[in-house]
Amino acid sequence: MVQSDKVWISRNYENCSGCRRCEIACSIHHEGKIWPEASRIRVFMLVPGVEIPHLCFQCEDYPCVEACPVEALFVNSQTGAVNVDASKCTACGLCIKACPGNIPHLHPEGNYIVICDLCDGKPKCVKACQEGRWKALRLL
Amino acid sequence: MRGYAGQFLEIDLSNRNIKETKFPDEVLRDYIGGRGLAVKILWDRLGKKWETVEPLSSENILFVLTGPFTGYFPGTKVCVSGKSPQSNGVIGSTVAGEFGVDLKCAGYDGLIITGKAEKPCYIFICDNQVAIKDALPIWGKKARETIRFLVKKSIEEIKDVRLNYGEVKDPSILYIGPAGENKTRVAAVVAKYAHGAGYGGYGGVMGAKNLKAIVAKGFGPVPDVYDKEKTLNMVKDFSEWSFERENFRRWGTGGGGYYFGAETSSEPVRNWQNEWHDKESYKREEFDKYWVKRYWGDFGCPTTCLKLAVLKTGRYKGAICDNPDYELEAYLGTNLGIFTPEENIYLSYVSNELGLCGIQGGAVLGFAAELYEKGILTKEDLDGIELEWANVEAFAALAERVAFRKGIGDILAEGVYRAALKLGKMKGVDLLKYAVHEKGVAIGAHGVRSEEDFIAENIAYACSVQGGDHTSSASLPFDQGGGELSSILSDSAVFCIFASFGIEDIDKFNFYEAITGWKLTKREWYKKKAPRILHLQRAMVLLGGPDVKWTPILDDDNPPRFWEPLPSGPYKGKTLDRKMFEEARLEYFCAAGWNENGVPKPETLRRLGLEDVEAKLREADLIR
Repeated sequence: MVQSDKVWISRNYENCSGCRRCEIACSIHHEGKIWPEASRIRVFMLVPGVEIPHLCFQCEDYPCVEACPVEALFVNSQTGAVNVDASKCTACGLCIKACPGNIPHLHPEGNYIVICDLCDGKPKCVKACQEGRWKALRLL
Repeated sequence: MRGYAGQFLEIDLSNRNIKETKFPDEVLRDYIGGRGLAVKILWDRLGKKWETVEPLSSENILFVLTGPFTGYFPGTKVCVSGKSPQSNGVIGSTVAGEFGVDLKCAGYDGLIITGKAEKPCYIFICDNQVAIKDALPIWGKKARETIRFLVKKSIEEIKDVRLNYGEVKDPSILYIGPAGENKTRVAAVVAKYAHGAGYGGYGGVMGAKNLKAIVAKGFGPVPDVYDKEKTLNMVKDFSEWSFERENFRRWGTGGGGYYFGAETSSEPVRNWQNEWHDKESYKREEFDKYWVKRYWGDFGCPTTCLKLAVLKTGRYKGAICDNPDYELEAYLGTNLGIFTPEENIYLSYVSNELGLCGIQGGAVLGFAAELYEKGILTKEDLDGIELEWANVEAFAALAERVAFRKGIGDILAEGVYRAALKLGKMKGVDLLKYAVHEKGVAIGAHGVRSEEDFIAENIAYACSVQGGDHTSSASLPFDQGGGELSSILSDSAVFCIFASFGIEDIDKFNFYEAITGWKLTKREWYKKKAPRILHLQRAMVLLGGPDVKWTPILDDDNPPRFWEPLPSGPYKGKTLDRKMFEEARLEYFCAAGWNENGVPKPETLRRLGLEDVEAKLREADLIR
C-alpha cells in the first residue's frame, strides 16, 4: 500500500490568538522573507478579538482548479494540495470567484495567484501555531 | 540601510502637503527610531522656542514611529510622541498592534505630522498612496463605530485599486475617541479597542490637529535585514524563551489586580489612600470567568498576554475589553473602590469606547471621588452625580463628562495635576496633596511606599524624564543596564518590554546588529547614545511651558501622598525614608552628569555633543 501524504489543516477559530505567526512562517517558507500579504494563510480580523485564519481547505471537487481556463492550477497527487504554476497563471481571478471561501488571492507584487500548498505535507503555519501551544491550527 | 524602510512620511495637515523624507544614517545610528528619533527631531525643530509651543495646538508635531525591531522582534509596537500636554516635555509612548508592521510594509518607517486640518480628517496610507480624507462621518463617534466605519471604507477603497486581488485583509488603524477629539489631556491614541498609547496624552494632540485616525495598509514585505539567518534564529530563541513562561502567557498581567494589592501593597486603592487590599473577588480566576479568549496577541507575539473579556449577561451585557490588564484592573478598579471583575470590565469598556487612557482617566476619576468623599466636591459640583467609591454607574457617567468636557468634566479633562490646581483655586484649598502624579503624568499602578513592587525604587518616578510613566522609570545604577536608559532602547528600537522580559542586553544589541548591520556596544549605548536622548528629554521637560514649568529638584520629588504612611495591611505604617530618597536622588543626578539640583552640567552636555542644549539652558537661566 502506498502511504499517502494527504493532510488537512483543521482550524479552531476560538483558539486563534491573532498573533499571525502562521503568516510569518508561511511567508518565510515561500518568499524567504516576512511578508504578511504574500502569505498563503492570512489572518483576517473581522473585529478586534475575532481573528480568522483563512486558507485553502482542499475541497473534494476543487472548483478553483476546474475554473482555471489556462490550467495553471493542479492538484498535487501526493498531498492533495492545490499547486499553482505561476508561469501559466494570468491572474484572471476566476479561481477566486469559484472558491466557496474566497480564499485564493493575488501575490501582492506578482501577477499570479497564491494558494496554500501544504508545504509538501509539512505545513509551516501549523508548526508555528503548535510551537506556541495555541492549537488554533492542527493537522488532520 | 537594513531593517528600515528607508523613508518617512511628513504630513502637513494645514496645507494638506504630503512628502517623503529621509534621515542620514548617522542620525538613525544615534537615535535609532521611535522615542529617540522623535526626541531628536523635536529638539531640532522646536527646541529653540520650546517654552512657547502649546502642545494642544497646530504648532506641535505628532510622531508615529517604528524602529528597526518592528516586524521582527516578537511582539510588535509603534511609538507615539510629540510635545506632551501632560508633562510639557517629550514622552515616548508605545502601543501594540499591527500598525507598525503595516506601515513598514507600505514602505515607511514613520509619520511626522504637523499643522492642523481645517476639518476633521483621517490619514489613509496604502503603500505609496497617501491621502487626507474626510472624517466628519466618524467625528464624535466612539471606538467600535470608528473602527467599523474605517475598516469597511478602507477595504472598499483598496479593492477599487487592487482589482481581482481576492479578499482584502483589514488595514491597521490608530484612532482617537471623543476624549481625544475634545483635546483632553487624558486621552490615548488607540488601536484595536484595548491597546492604547496613553502616557503623554497624545490622543489630545491628535484631536488638536483635527486628526481622527490613521489607517495603514502595506502590501510589501517587512524591510530586509542585514543578516537574515541570524535574525530569524534569534527570533526563534526569543520566542522559545517566551513559550516557556506559561504562567505569564496564561494569565497575562491579569493576576496583578490581586497580587500587587495583597502581596506587595503597591496597588492604588481609593486614589492611593491605600495600596493594600486582599479582596478574593479580585483574584485572577475570577477574571478568567469572563475571558472568551485566553490568548490574545499582536503580530508575531509569542507571549499573547492579553485576554479577551466579554460580559455576556447582566446589567453591563455587551461590554468587551482586554483582560483588563493590570493597570486597568487597578486604575478602573481598586483605585475607584471597585473589587469585582464584572464592574472593572465594564468601566474598562467605557473608557476604551471614549478613548480615554485607562491610567490617566482612572486617576482623575479617583481623584474626584476622594474630593467628593472629603466634601470638597459636592453633588452639585458633579452635575448631580453621587461619586461614592465603587459606584460604577457614577464613574461611567463622569468618564463620559470628562471625554466630552461637559460640566465638571471640562476641568477633570485636564488631568489630575492641572485639575488639582484649578479646583484648588476655585475651592480655596490645596488639592495637590491628593493629586498622585509626577510632572503632570499620573503615576502607573505601581506604588513605591512598600518598596516591594518591581518598580520599587524611591526615585523611580521622581527622577524619570517621563514622569509617572511606569514603563520608563529611573533606577540605580544609572548606566549599567536596566533603568530608564534600557527603556529608551525598547522605545527607540521599538519592541515590547513584556515580550522581552529576561532577555539579556547583549542579545538585544546583537539583534540590533543582525538587523541593521551596524554595531552597537553596550558601552556606546549606556555611556553615550542613550544618555544623549535622556538629556534632550530632561532639557525639554525642564524648559516646559507655556502653561506649566517644573522646578528642578523641587519637582523631582514623589507626590505628597507617597510620603504618607500606608494605613493598613502587612506594610502598615511604612513609607519612604526622606533622607534615603534624597541620597538616592543626588546619586542619580551625579551619575547622570547633572548638578545637585538636577540640571545637566555643561561638561556633560558637551561630552554628548549637545552644545546647543547648553546654550538653550543658559538662555532659560537653568544653567547659570
